[in-house]
Order: sequence, then C-alpha cells, then structure tokens
Amino acid sequence: MQKIYFDYASTTPIDNRVVKAMMPYFSENFGNTMSLHTFGQEAKFVLDQSRQTLADLINSEPNEIIFTGSATESNNLALKGISFANKSRGNHIIISSIEHPCIIESAKWLESQGFEVTKLPVDKYGFVNPEDVKNAITDKTILVSVMHASNEIGTIEPIAEIGKICHEKGVYFHTDASQSLGKIPVDVEKMNVDLLTASSHKMYGPKGVALLYVRNGVKINPILHGGGQENGMRSSTVNVPAIVGFAKAAEICSVEMKKEGARLTKLRDRLIKGILKIKGSRLNGSPKTRLPNNINVSFPRIEGESLIIRLDMEGIACSTGSACSSIKLEPSYVLLALGLKPEEAHGSLRISLGRYTKEKEIDYFLKVLPKIVTKLEEMSPFK
Amino acid sequence: MKKVANKKLVGKTCGSLYTEKVMETFKNPHNYGKIENADGIGKVGNIVCGDVMWLYIKVDKNEVIKDVKFETFGCVAAISTSSIITDLVKGKTIKEALKITKDDVIKSLGGLPKIKYHCSVLAVDALVEAVYDYYSKTGKEISADLLKKHDALKKSKDIIEERYEKAVEK
Repeated sequence: MQKIYFDYASTTPIDNRVVKAMMPYFSENFGNTMSLHTFGQEAKFVLDQSRQTLADLINSEPNEIIFTGSATESNNLALKGISFANKSRGNHIIISSIEHPCIIESAKWLESQGFEVTKLPVDKYGFVNPEDVKNAITDKTILVSVMHASNEIGTIEPIAEIGKICHEKGVYFHTDASQSLGKIPVDVEKMNVDLLTASSHKMYGPKGVALLYVRNGVKINPILHGGGQENGMRSSTVNVPAIVGFAKAAEICSVEMKKEGARLTKLRDRLIKGILKIKGSRLNGSPKTRLPNNINVSFPRIEGESLIIRLDMEGIACSTGSACSSIKLEPSYVLLALGLKPEEAHGSLRISLGRYTKEKEIDYFLKVLPKIVTKLEEMSPFK
Repeated sequence: MKKVANKKLVGKTCGSLYTEKVMETFKNPHNYGKIENADGIGKVGNIVCGDVMWLYIKVDKNEVIKDVKFETFGCVAAISTSSIITDLVKGKTIKEALKITKDDVIKSLGGLPKIKYHCSVLAVDALVEAVYDYYSKTGKEISADLLKKHDALKKSKDIIEERYEKAVEK
C-alpha cells in the first residue's frame, strides 16, 4: 500500500541534509557552549554561526534571536515576558481569535494574573482587519499578537499593515510565524514586527528547537531563570545539534523557497479544484492569500475523524478540525470563528503538502477521496 | 528486542486509541442504511457534538426485532457502536433488546477509550427511542421505565438544540 503524508503543517520529516549537518554535534563536538575550554568554544562557535544564518533569513541582527525549545515556549515567552516587563505601561493585550492554543492559553492565563485580553474577530476567510486592531488599542495596550499564517486554514494575515498601526501607537507587535517561515518570505523589517516566533520541525528541521526574535530595545522578561544562556533570556544548556539542524533547515528553505513555493501552489490549486468537484464540499480560508501548501475543506454530511481514519486505511495521512478528534470534544474554534456551523467544522479536512509531495500522490488522493466521502455519506442520516 | 517492539506497532496504524475490533467494525460496518416503512425510528445525538445516530427497526407480531439498520453521522466510535447495536439486537425480542447496556456495547467492541463512552450510550439510547417510536405508533402500552428514559433524552435534546440555535445565531 502507498503511504502518503499530507500533514506537513503538523510536522515534517527531517531533511537528510539536515541530519547530516547535525551528526557531528551529538558525540564528537558535544561541548557545552558555556565552557571555556576548546570543547565548549567549538560549540559556542557553531551556535553563533547558526544564529547568524537564522538572523540572515529573517533580516534581523544575530543578537535579536533567542533559541527556545518549541514554538509554544517562544509564544509563551513573548506574551508573558512582554506582559510582565511592561506592567508599568499597561495591562492590555490584543490577540486574534484564531491564534494557536499556546497563544490563546497564555493570554487566558495572563487574564488570571490581572491582565486584560481582547480577542479580535476574523472575517469569513480568516483575515484580521487592521482597522479592528487600531480600534482595539487603548492607552493600556502593551502588546498585539497576530499570527503570520494560520496553521489550520493557511490564511496569510496582513502583518505589515497591523505592525505599522502598532508602531504608530507605540505598542509592541508579535507574530507567530511557525507555519510561514521557510514557505513564504519573512522579513522582520518589512513586516514591522518586534517579536517573531519560528519553529524548526515545521521546516524539515528537528523537533525540540524554535526561536523567538526580539527586536533590540524591546523590554522583555525571561520565564526560565538559571545559568543565563541566550543572553539571560532563556537559561538552559544549549541544544547545539538541534540548533545546527534548525539553521541548516532554514538555509535549505531560503534557497529553495521560490521554486518550491511555485511547485506547491500548483499542486495545492489542483487539489482544491479536484476536491471541490465533490458535491457539498467547500473551501475554508482564503482562495488566494494562503500558504502554498495548505488546503482546508469541509464536507457537511460526514464527520472528520471517520474521514481521517478511512483515509489512513488507504495510506493517506491528513488532519481534521472535528470535535471527535480533539480532547475537548469541541469543534475547531478557528473554523467556528470563520462563521462555519458546527456540522461544517466537524466535517473539515486539512491537507498540508510539503517537500516530498509528488504529483502522483495528488492523483491517488483525488481518486480515493470521493469514494470515501460517498461511503460515509451512505452511512449518514444527512443526505 | 527490536522484533518485539515492531510487533507492538502492527495493527495500530490508526492510532492506539481504538481496539482492533473497533477498527474492523468501522471498516466493515453491518446493517447501515435506511429501512423503508420501518416500524420504529430512534433519532439521537446532536450535530453540535458531532454525533447523530438514527436507528430503524422492523418488528414482527411476536415483538421480535426482525431487521435493524442504522444511519450515523459520527466518528469511528459512533459508527462502530451503531454497527454493534444492530448485531446485538437483531433477532431478539424487544424485551430482551432493552436489557442491553452501554457496557455490553463496549464489551462487544473489546473496549472503547473513556472519552468515547458516550458513543456506546448513544447506541443504547437510539434503541430506546426506536422502541418508544414503535410503541407510540402502534398505540401499545409504554412502560414507566421506557417513558422515563424517553423523557430524559428529549429534555437533553431540547437543551442542546437551544444551544445550537444560539451558536448559529452568533
């Protein structure tokens, strides 16, 4: 049986070139970056090199990059670190209603600590309206956080515009670029951001490493205290092999981005066109302003978990926003925020393509999917 | 050692969430579809939570369930419990069938994840409602126990439907 991975938004395999780059840093050059001896200094050297590579990719200074253990950690650090460091300026933060749970939950926790949170709505495509940001900012606002591209529906937000508004109002602006870095251009200057989160395992690097870009001069507190690594912003022994892998992965993405983006966009649009031939199906998110690798569709008469498992039985790995597949048994809040009815959210399917996606996999998928949908519709009371 | 580890992974391709029996039932469910001119139809579940189960029964003059079919919108567990309840009740008298509990359903599937227990309840409820519908249509006497179960189901259905209206209005 064929095995087809269409869940690159969830995680990606590590590119072989990345694995190769990481190998020497497990047992040969294993030093601690804080040590004064040669072992340590070699590790420190490669850490600095990696930092430079990533800084170049996002157009920042190397000292503006903090390596962390995950995008979740970076987002926690951004929200909590900014909130607590800028308490004297205000207690209000603004996020969008379709942020990743690590933003939503961090904001919720900050509410319990006396901060006020405004959640901005999105339109039917998932766009945040920059005017809404402008209107939501008060003299108490210290931070706005809006994701660069949605992990579920792939919609790319008007980050530069929102950032411009924030800067005019003197408010820090953070964006979670976990899904976008390596796929579409990310430039902290052009995007007018003060903080930016990016993740390695979404771009063919290893898991367990991410970064937070923090513009020089931005006041932020650490959440991990200890030996003072990462300029005191993230104490913990530095995970050198993972960071080397992250940098190598980023380098490959930046070289291949243009060509790969065009290739994926073509495959994506073919897939969308093919799926929308199925009766009752609809596309979620923006048809144009979306990540080159993201497809999100709904089939209102069937349920997502059943669809995912049937696809899995045919060797195809995808994801859904259905309640039944979540721990909370609630349908995706992102899809509900777009105005979808619960049944449309239950019947949602996210397909995310990547570096190893082949044309013939698209053919196979388009052959298999209508049969599965029909089968599940036969079992469904809704015709 | 490696062999043992690999063996454990076999058959768990669809997540270790479900037993093999659940997966098998989901792959090849029994008795799905509609019975035209059914003697009783039980409609349970709600679209907000993502599980809707309709159970059709055909009953003979001796109150034996001669035929039963389901139509379900729902997850792997919901479709599996739907299929299992049809297997369990087919050929039984109504009286016997009503004795089937959610635990019987779970046991027949070799277990269900706790978070999916409500799907086994749904299957049992669907039968209750189908029998209630059959009794109502034929004007037969409805036992106090069945009436109580039906009223409780109706009540929770109304609450959820109200919640749905509110959710959609938003």
